[in-house]
Amino acid sequence: MMFMPGANPAMLRDAGLYGADSLMFDLEDAVSLAEKDTARALVHFALKTFDYGDTETIVRINDLNTVGKLDIDAVVRAGVDVIRLPKTECAQDVIDADEVITEVERACGREVGSTGIFAAIESAEGVLNALSIAQASPRVCGIALGAEDYVTNLKTQRAYGDNMQLYFAREMILHAARATGIAAVDTVYSDVDNMDGFRAEVEHIKTLGFDGKSVINPRQIPVVNDVYAPTEKEIQKAKEIVWAAREAEEKGLGVITVRGKMVDKPIITRAERTIMLAKASGLIGEEDL
Amino acid sequence: MGRTTCARDWSDPNMELKQQAVAGTTESSDIMVTIDPVGGDAVEITLDSSVEKAFGDQIRSVIAETLKNLGVTGVKVTAVDKGALDCTVQARTIAAAYRAAGTAGEYDWKEIDAWNA
Repeated sequence: MMFMPGANPAMLRDAGLYGADSLMFDLEDAVSLAEKDTARALVHFALKTFDYGDTETIVRINDLNTVGKLDIDAVVRAGVDVIRLPKTECAQDVIDADEVITEVERACGREVGSTGIFAAIESAEGVLNALSIAQASPRVCGIALGAEDYVTNLKTQRAYGDNMQLYFAREMILHAARATGIAAVDTVYSDVDNMDGFRAEVEHIKTLGFDGKSVINPRQIPVVNDVYAPTEKEIQKAKEIVWAAREAEEKGLGVITVRGKMVDKPIITRAERTIMLAKASGLIGEEDL
Repeated sequence: MGRTTCARDWSDPNMELKQQAVAGTTESSDIMVTIDPVGGDAVEITLDSSVEKAFGDQIRSVIAETLKNLGVTGVKVTAVDKGALDCTVQARTIAAAYRAAGTAGEYDWKEIDAWNA
């Protein structure tokens, strides 16, 4: 998920060129108070004009108590895929946004429920409410940790390289996501010149189980794609497991073995995920299966 | 839900501009549009564009059409363009007009999208 400031016409135009899985146009923190109105217009026209292909479009709106409702009106009408809610503290925040989105969808003739919600959790309260936030609306398709505000709320600051600092928040968000079947995306890595540190963090969050990483610079995208892309060996093993599972299902068999090892449901699920990542990374096509 | 559309009454086809307003920047791919309410019925557009030779007429046309759709007359527009696409020209012109009308950011998207339908 690549963050793009909503106030920059050149970035809005070029956003689709860098190979991100999803683009998050920011109307909140990346836009000064004086330019909230102009950024709203730019993002509306960008969504109506540019073809971002299969890349998911997300807009981070402002708080509903400020100009968030105007943001929703502008971008839902323009066809955005997902609204990202900033600083989600509790389920009611999601419910309130859901109501505004529903009203705009009805007003513009868009299918009610077709706009997703991605809840950014950026405080201790939000972390502790992660599960109820994830369950608050069928629109919620993902949750993310916003670490900069979160550590400020904890009265500390980011300690890059310290995997324990965000461990609790990450696990809460991951568990909420997995319990509700939605995506979990990790926070940004702001030290853009430290590519080694960035790679280490991506490897860490992949190991934890996150579906992806938020990025703030196009240079970070290939690193995420590289870390998440399965190796040739992993792909081959996954193929064998999926093939064997398919064959067993056709023959009505239960437990199967691959390379002499027992394969059960969790292993098949992991193999299917490896295949999905390999396809998403362009390493294999449908014809390879 | 509170109001999400422009405070403007669209049964009145004219948008009343109250003050000078600017929107946009002189960064690459952007355009800075300044709108000055001067009274009368005319719309005068002065454009300084890095792509004047190829797109000057097109940019002036997008600005003029956008103001016409908004029902804006009696203005002097000064635009400094750095290679903005039509959608950016339109976004900046609309933003400047709404600022000049004192309703910054409260766009009536139903109406605006109808122009481009």
